[in-house]
Amino acid sequence: MSDAKPKVAFYWCSSCGGCEESIVDLAEDILKVVAAVDIVYWPVALDFKKKDVEAMPDKSIAVSFINGAIRMSEQEEMAHLLRRKSQLVVAHGACAHLGGIPGLANFWNKSTIFRTAYHTTVSTDNPAGLEPQPKTLLDGHELTLPEFWDTVYPLDAIIDVDYYLPGCAPHRDLILNAVTAILEGKLPPKGAVLAPNKSCCDECDRNETKPEKMTIKEIKRPYEVLLDPKTCFLAQGVICMGPATRSGCGERCIEGNMPCRGCMGPTDQVYDQGAKFLSAFASILDASEEKDVERLVDSIVDPAGTFYRFSLPSSILKRKKLEAVR
Amino acid sequence: MTRRITIDPITRLEGHGKIEIFLDDHGDVERAILQVPELRGFEQFAVGRPVEEMPRITPRICGVCPTAHHMAATKAADAVFGVEPTSTARKIRELIYNAFFMEDHTLHFFFLGGPDFVVGPQAPAAERNILGVIGKVGLEIGGKVIRIRADVREIMAYLAGKAIHPVCGLPGGVAKGLDEEHRVTFLKTAKDAVEFAEFALQIFADVVLKNQTYVDIVVGEAYKIKTYYMGMVNERNQVEFYDGDLRVVDPDGREFAKFKPADYLEHIAEHVEPWTYVKFPFLKKVGWKGFVEGNDSGVYRVAPLARLNAAEGMQTPRAQKHYDHMYAVLGGKPVHNTLAFHWARLIEALQAAESMVALLEDSEITGTDLRRIPTRIPTEGVGIVEAPRGVLIHHYKTDERGLITAANLIVATIGNAAAINMSIEKAAKAFIKGGQVSEGLLNMAEMAFRPYDPCHGCGTHAWPGAMPLTINIYNRSGERIRQLRRS
Repeated sequence: MSDAKPKVAFYWCSSCGGCEESIVDLAEDILKVVAAVDIVYWPVALDFKKKDVEAMPDKSIAVSFINGAIRMSEQEEMAHLLRRKSQLVVAHGACAHLGGIPGLANFWNKSTIFRTAYHTTVSTDNPAGLEPQPKTLLDGHELTLPEFWDTVYPLDAIIDVDYYLPGCAPHRDLILNAVTAILEGKLPPKGAVLAPNKSCCDECDRNETKPEKMTIKEIKRPYEVLLDPKTCFLAQGVICMGPATRSGCGERCIEGNMPCRGCMGPTDQVYDQGAKFLSAFASILDASEEKDVERLVDSIVDPAGTFYRFSLPSSILKRKKLEAVR
Repeated sequence: MTRRITIDPITRLEGHGKIEIFLDDHGDVERAILQVPELRGFEQFAVGRPVEEMPRITPRICGVCPTAHHMAATKAADAVFGVEPTSTARKIRELIYNAFFMEDHTLHFFFLGGPDFVVGPQAPAAERNILGVIGKVGLEIGGKVIRIRADVREIMAYLAGKAIHPVCGLPGGVAKGLDEEHRVTFLKTAKDAVEFAEFALQIFADVVLKNQTYVDIVVGEAYKIKTYYMGMVNERNQVEFYDGDLRVVDPDGREFAKFKPADYLEHIAEHVEPWTYVKFPFLKKVGWKGFVEGNDSGVYRVAPLARLNAAEGMQTPRAQKHYDHMYAVLGGKPVHNTLAFHWARLIEALQAAESMVALLEDSEITGTDLRRIPTRIPTEGVGIVEAPRGVLIHHYKTDERGLITAANLIVATIGNAAAINMSIEKAAKAFIKGGQVSEGLLNMAEMAFRPYDPCHGCGTHAWPGAMPLTINIYNRSGERIRQLRRS
């Protein structure tokens, strides 16, 4: 490939691989992307030998798309290195953007997670009480593993991030628009989330079924009711994160007749997605008596894990406040 | 004399896999291991979550096989509430699931495993990828690969909301049904998928089976380990992906165990090592004897070849023909040759495609009775499916409100964790002798674990180039004396 083409890198941290799949899902369009850029690193193509990356001149990569949250020492090191070598860093997907579902681990710490994974899970057979160690001797040979942290972080807690490509996984149109904007140099101001600044409700086909004055008398879990495929979920008493969530996802979950869980994060005006949802939600609860309010609030079975499903590590809750929330 | 070799393939999903090879005083391989350096802790942060949300939380274990986690979690939620899906809902789940198997297996063959054969194990590294495959089979066929994958994933996206991280499963059914208009469109796609799977098997026959060099590699001792095999079967002991009993055969191919998913703890346990973040499942009734082959070792294998070995046949006629042919060519059951996983994978893709056609020709598939509302107090449940990469187990306990109090997950790739280590060690022993490390080790070491399609081997890997590997060779004092690279 010609040197004149912009160099692009893809890297993953604590993630599932869905963001890589989202690139493959561009199908025929991936050929256009491949033709327009020089992919110097792909999730697989990134040489783990750090010194090879270090040998590249600083800022020689036009843009690095980094997906996944940061929860291991090795991921932090790679994030710093790619930042130094790249003109732009895009946080690709919900985990890099907000912490994502792996960020739910922030309800606990390393020792609890290890106790479960290596001791108390019912199929684990570990009479010697072993746990993975940063350094082990095996028949006299030293083996090393990266360190597992107590806390999961979004990418911008570790390095400076230029843009955010939201969603779990990001919609193909957002990816193509982002690549086009970068290639044409038509980027919004630094720090922008590369998706429309509207709420899911604004774009939702069911919006017209949302009553003028919405009230909820009873909260239903999705399995408890037959979900009407045309009616606003909140109007059906089912929690839907749409009001506190950014659009641009194509409302695909709602197309699948299931409520939004908030993977796109909040709109620009909102700092904390969970707090935003709570305030919107509180205003539609139909209860005047205190005991009715209490009953309604109690019927939300997992408030923190629902309102912060994708955004716990980037939320105002942070670690020190978590115990109080639980 | 070299003592230590490090192979750091850049792998995906569970982070970077790293192979360490230790040599004895003669320079022969003493030990080879694969380290997996990442953990995310899903079993712990499942605690406190509503069980009906697990089908939408656990897919984030793997974005390559989210549908497998979605279905295992949905079935575990069914079991927690003691509710069966309606007949239409079950068929919709099976349709989504077979579509997923078809596209995932196809992706692996053309993007990842196939390049080893289609382009050739000796081909330059730069050609051993999907672009190389397209170069060999032609752009028209390359386009066909991309198109069939997109079309089949469209079925998944329509019914499940998204192909990456589906949302449709609820205890007792599915959230969305299928109308007649889409049934007709999807039936055409399913028929195309059958033809495509046959076509992929034809490529395998033409390129691999007609080339004696490749056949020698497939049947060679370097890529052969004798283990138990585990796979899901239907009531006729045929290969099943969505729901059935688990059947285990011993290294001689005799039935060793057959059990209900709910009884998995009587048969499977997981061993812990301090040098890797993954655990190693083994057959409890045989016991963990270390990374060794044979009838006395509890190591078992899962995924395509293991499923075919553990079953007595396929469910669909075309796939059955290929099943019979494979065992005839490879000398009867069970087949221990690891590279035959690639062949078995294509036979399974064909069964999945044929099953899609059968489901879409079933009048019940467009039914509107999609949900059975659970009425029982939730307690505990196990959901097991075959993921493309093997037996996948989700097990939840809940409180009376259906909030998870304990979760246990045995993820498909991990079912092969011990066997992958053993396969790598065996290949290393074949290709490293007297301290002489051949350049061919690079390809050969990769080929030892790629048949398992370990989850860090999704299709995205092979797209821009072959998997880069570095082998460092150190002397006794720890100085690097040689480096082999392929990037």
